[in-house]
Amino acid sequence: MNTTMPETAAPVPGDAAIRFEGVRKSYDGSHYVVDDLNLAVARGEFLTMLGPSGSGKTTTLMMLGGFERPTVGRIMLDGKPVERLPPEKRNIGFVFQNYALFPHMTVAQNIAFPLRYRGITGAAAEARVAKALDMVRLGHLGARKPGQLSGGQQQRVALARALVFEPALVLMDEPLGALDKQLRERMQLEIKQLQKSLGITMVYVTHDQSEALTMSDRIAVFHDGRIQQLSDPETLYNKPVNRFVAEFIGENNTVPCTVQRWQGRDVEVTTADGTRFMARGDAARTGGEASLSIRPERLIIVTDTRAKVSNGFPAVVREGSFLGDQLRLTVDALGQTLVARIPARDIRRFDRGEKLTLACDPAHCRLLEG
Amino acid sequence: MWLPSYATPTERFFRTLVVFFSFAVLVFLIAPLFVIVPLSFSADPFFTFPVPKYSLRWYYDFFSNERWITGIINSTITAVLTTILATTLGTMAALGLASPHFPWRRAVMAILISPMIIPIVIVAVGSYLFYGPIGLTNTRLGLVLAHTALATPFVVITVTATLSTYDTNLSRAALSLGAPPLNTFLVVTLPNIITGIISGAIFAFATSFDEVVVALFLTGAEQRTLPVQMFSGIRDQINPTIMAAATILLALSIGLFVALTLLTRKKTD
Repeated sequence: MNTTMPETAAPVPGDAAIRFEGVRKSYDGSHYVVDDLNLAVARGEFLTMLGPSGSGKTTTLMMLGGFERPTVGRIMLDGKPVERLPPEKRNIGFVFQNYALFPHMTVAQNIAFPLRYRGITGAAAEARVAKALDMVRLGHLGARKPGQLSGGQQQRVALARALVFEPALVLMDEPLGALDKQLRERMQLEIKQLQKSLGITMVYVTHDQSEALTMSDRIAVFHDGRIQQLSDPETLYNKPVNRFVAEFIGENNTVPCTVQRWQGRDVEVTTADGTRFMARGDAARTGGEASLSIRPERLIIVTDTRAKVSNGFPAVVREGSFLGDQLRLTVDALGQTLVARIPARDIRRFDRGEKLTLACDPAHCRLLEG
Repeated sequence: MWLPSYATPTERFFRTLVVFFSFAVLVFLIAPLFVIVPLSFSADPFFTFPVPKYSLRWYYDFFSNERWITGIINSTITAVLTTILATTLGTMAALGLASPHFPWRRAVMAILISPMIIPIVIVAVGSYLFYGPIGLTNTRLGLVLAHTALATPFVVITVTATLSTYDTNLSRAALSLGAPPLNTFLVVTLPNIITGIISGAIFAFATSFDEVVVALFLTGAEQRTLPVQMFSGIRDQINPTIMAAATILLALSIGLFVALTLLTRKKTD
């Protein structure tokens, strides 16, 4: 069931920083948590593994860190197989979800920890620790214990500790999950800036799609142990390859339909209530069942009923909520419920039961399999 | 008592009953222990209450009698060796059992804990019959091994309890930062579970030091421990020296208990 992904194949040079080849992982021998994983990450790339819990993204990260072994397949770091290399010999920076700071050591001792296993001691170590603390703007807190710090500060210490030994590869497992929204957004930018300025290869695990879209060079969407789509954030949002990706990333209207005929990449379909639609896509057989993916912000209200619009259809207002910059309309149309987001400048009041004409540019109606 | 002012008479009655009952339980638990203390300081060779005259003669008797001294030395050596063995084995067992991938985890745990549940006489007779043919009866090694089997469950339980609050990501973090597994254990895991290990060690020491049934079966005159000496003292000629010995044991137990309390309090700080 491997979907071909034409626009996802961002070129990764032969000497990729990370390469998964046919990796599978099972704990019980029958169910595969990670199934047939093939993935290459370029040097200096920020790759996010995004997916709901249980999708296999964290297991993949644990295999990369050396805490789990693949049942089948190879993992290459800088071209060398590492499946049997223990974590302490991989030289990878790892930031854990709950920070995993050593509670019995001071902040400075925590950060100096990786240095002592690399023969860096005394004044040299102190200088490195001071530099790392400055980098995360915690220069004054070296003598504190982790328990005396706020969540955001602990997060920065974990970051400094994972970076102080200058690893070429850093892995992060939902590192911002425990922080409040504002702090999370600030840390997203800081981590991204550090990653770019230090030239690190980063593999980042999250279930937060907006975090993934903000930070990543490429995103691998995981579901049921498989990568559903691997592409840059714009492609992922605008050209999802299947229903799961369309619904997981951002808000989405899924409209079941039947494929009528193809004209190049344009396709004519009929929805359940018989409305004809022009859409765009790469998949689905003529006469087959498929679905349309329409982003709520791509639906427009047609005010001039005499104008000729493509993909116009009648809708009845069910509910309208004012969100400040936009209006979120829930409507009955095409035999189902749709959501539309209308920019605030177009806003007037919409009453329940009011009849409208909505439309969507064929370029923004994506045809998906299934 | 400790009720809001709006409590009904029925509530007051039952609360009074609960308080009375609780105090009764405490008194019945503690009182027998403290009867022996004044008796041990009695000048009288018979057990009479109230104590007519106080003296330290039974303590003098205790410390000048070679059999008691041998008993206390034997008990100490046995308990120390048992503590070292049981703490090491119990800690390692708990660490292994903490892994979710450990095969037959519940079964192994049940076997390790079984010496706590099986009647002590059965353990004693079993050890006696098993150790006899392989020459471990009437040896200190045999007694230490049997006591280790009895003491290890305490260590397994206390260390397992501590490990349940230990974040395994700490070990993973240490490994990812380049620390080899042994260093990871010594520098990161051990300092974070040390209170559990020490609690277990205290329990192990107390188990071995107080144990009489297995020791009766497995010891000869040379390995005779303090509790065995007390037991045979009660049978042969009952005199207040036993009370002195009992008071010394009691003091030791209280000392261990206080140490344990201080330790766990420091942890919760």
